[in-house]
Amino acid sequence: MYRSNVLVCGGTGCTSSNSLQIAEKLKEEIAKNGLEKEVNVITTGCFGLCALGPIMVVYPEGSFYSMVKVEDIPEIVEEHLLKGRIVTRLLYQETVEKDTIKSLNKTAFYAKQKRVALRNCGVIDPEKIDDYIARDGYAALGKVLTEMTPDEVIQTILDSGLRGRGGAGFPTGLKWKFAAANDADQKYVCCNADEGDPGAFMDRSVLEGDPHSLIEAMAIAGYAIGASKGRVYVRAEYPIAVKRLQIAIDQAREYGLLGKDIFGTGFDFDMELRLGAGAFVCGEETALMTSIEGKRGEPRPRPPFPAVKGLYQKPTILNNVETYANIAQIILNGPEWFASMGTEKSKGTKVFALGGKINHTGLVEIPMGTTLREIVFEIGGGIPNGKKFKAAQTGGPSGGCIPEEHLDVPIDYDNLLAIGSMMGSGGLIVMDEDNCMVDVAKFFLEFTVDESCGKCTPCRIGTKRLLEMLDKITKGQGTMEMLDEMEELCEFIKANSLCGLGQTAPNPVLSTLRYFRNEYIAHIVDKKCPAGVCKDLLEYTIDREKCAGCGLCSRKCPVQAISVTDYTAPGKRRPALEIDAKKCIKCGACMSTCKFKAIYKA
Amino acid sequence: MKSLAELQAIRDRAKANVALRKENPNAARVLVGMATCGIAAGARPVLNAFTEEIAKRGLQDDIVVTQTGCIGICQYEPVVEVEIPGQDKVTYVKMTPEKVVRVVNDHLVNKNVVTEYTIGAIEN
Ligand SMILES: Cc1cc2nc3c(=O)[nH]c(=O)nc-3n(C[C@H](O)[C@H](O)[C@H](O)COP(=O)(O)O)c2cc1C
Ligand code: SF4
Ligand code: SF4
Ligand code: SF4
Ligand code: FES
Ligand code: FES
Repeated sequence: MYRSNVLVCGGTGCTSSNSLQIAEKLKEEIAKNGLEKEVNVITTGCFGLCALGPIMVVYPEGSFYSMVKVEDIPEIVEEHLLKGRIVTRLLYQETVEKDTIKSLNKTAFYAKQKRVALRNCGVIDPEKIDDYIARDGYAALGKVLTEMTPDEVIQTILDSGLRGRGGAGFPTGLKWKFAAANDADQKYVCCNADEGDPGAFMDRSVLEGDPHSLIEAMAIAGYAIGASKGRVYVRAEYPIAVKRLQIAIDQAREYGLLGKDIFGTGFDFDMELRLGAGAFVCGEETALMTSIEGKRGEPRPRPPFPAVKGLYQKPTILNNVETYANIAQIILNGPEWFASMGTEKSKGTKVFALGGKINHTGLVEIPMGTTLREIVFEIGGGIPNGKKFKAAQTGGPSGGCIPEEHLDVPIDYDNLLAIGSMMGSGGLIVMDEDNCMVDVAKFFLEFTVDESCGKCTPCRIGTKRLLEMLDKITKGQGTMEMLDEMEELCEFIKANSLCGLGQTAPNPVLSTLRYFRNEYIAHIVDKKCPAGVCKDLLEYTIDREKCAGCGLCSRKCPVQAISVTDYTAPGKRRPALEIDAKKCIKCGACMSTCKFKAIYKA
Repeated sequence: MKSLAELQAIRDRAKANVALRKENPNAARVLVGMATCGIAAGARPVLNAFTEEIAKRGLQDDIVVTQTGCIGICQYEPVVEVEIPGQDKVTYVKMTPEKVVRVVNDHLVNKNVVTEYTIGAIEN
């Protein structure tokens, strides 16, 4: 029995800033102080506050140490763990109040969160099945197998209102019901852990922090639809997730929670991992199943839907990692509990990966119906450097930009669609006044052009044409007619593409055209980029009234574009300098060296 | 896993350690003074005795044991403070592992302060 637990974050974010060495050093120092029987060190999954990593929490006090360095460990062990004096200087400063320490759950970042899918992340050791079991793990599977019929399980999921967290938001219970209704000698339960949206990492965090929750849910799904085999399709670029999931599968087999005759009920279920190479299109359900079969991952037309003919032509369900992470909780707490959270048509919570121009980048789980304003300005801590919010991008390459006027819209599947974006898998990128919206649209379109599998023309050729027009606009070669042409082309691509990739690819363009048309017009008519991003439209100029003639800038200029003029401003001793726009390559070096703030870009 | 009972057994066994990993504002707190003089006077065995006694009785969800810094009364070390929500804080002095068993039983479980171990009793 330990009197204290030290949790060290072993998520990808913190691991990359050395958290595993920190855990090692902790164990070493704890042994040195003779505390190894009193203090337990546990490596957990992501806490969500990745920006402050490496993260370490000491219980029972709940002291939250952030940005911990290996060198800090001896002091923390000797002062805190041995003598009970919390090293306040090294704590996450938001938890420090005058004389006391505020509970982590009361900090702005955590207070509005509601952790269901992430309930075990940052709490348990993902490599220990006993930790998961201690938190009621596999109790839902036990309950389902011994007390419920498959139909009752499906009805429970239907009643909960759970919808797919992978993007489209299809009702999970309905998907299971369709697959259950089809008789076959073999059926499959698949999990989509491809997470192709750039900037998203919620699924990775669940796999790294709570892999058993996925295994348990897939076994429950297997019982519900009558499948004995499961497959997890996970991208090979997630080495920690792959490793922990494999460990978890092995442990579950050893305990007989996977395999034959689970809980002595006669139910058999086992599962395997399949590694994907990371093509975005392989996240699409039909492409994913083709890829699991060992063939080239290309979408095929539907119907037939996977519930009828999926993996190896057998009835199959495919759900996202986060969707599965909710299942055991719904079984244990009841569908009413789940349905009590969220909005009318979107129940439960949603995990978002916050990124971009925001103070607390990281992972948050909020009840559906929370507003964007709460996420950005309360949980996310607002925008750094006093800059102004411009837009939030959700849904990645399939989604759109949400402008300030919609900050107070309660976030759920339907509301996001209505304002021209979508839930997507949960990437949320915040943009400020320094982001150019035309450039943002171009960034996402470049991604889809690269990732289009090329099977159908509207997507392959259409997105390329669209990108060419965007490119011209950012170079000042656009015309006003292009805007209408683009809109038309967008609608055509949406309506005629074979799979979801093409069908949603125009969204970033459409939503920026809808909310930020003025920025497009500024690029086209004034040949200016208001945010100062599009290089071809920028001009660096020296304000000759402010220039002191110090010459620093001209020494920094890599192409000798700056020379002395014969004008000396009143009160200055030396003549001002000027930039030759023809020679300037817009590197910005001069502007950042000028001490007199005499150089402007516009 | 052949039965639910087996799962239950693993859960019971594993629960104690995981219970520590959350904040429980309603828990009773046992604070053991662990400054230099406290350690010298034998605070460590006292601390460990609390942890063990509480685990033995399966009370780890309701009672938190932590160390604290200097309490300021060196001559009475090892010093232990017991805080039960809604009640006055009680300070026990010159604690030993043997005394711990009674403090857990009488005070923490049955809510009767062990007056003869308190600082008031010793000062008089
Ligand atoms: C191009 C494309 C990429 C996708 N990528 C993912 C992905 O990375 N992860 C995911 O869960 N779903 C992804 N989806 C959605 C899946 O096709 C599917 O709808 C989802 O996995 C179903 O699970 P759910 O109902 O639990 O959301 C993608 C869809 C498309 C069209
Ligand atoms: S829409 Fe794009 S990604 Fe999908 S099948 Fe057609 S070409 Fe391939
Ligand atoms: S932006 Fe770069 S290239 Fe242009 S004038 Fe300044 S230093 Fe020279
Ligand atoms: S660094 Fe600034 S003040 Fe100095 S010469 Fe260049 S523009 Fe003028
Ligand atoms: S990886 Fe450590 S907090 Fe996210
Ligand atoms: S050092 Fe002994 S009570 Fe402070």
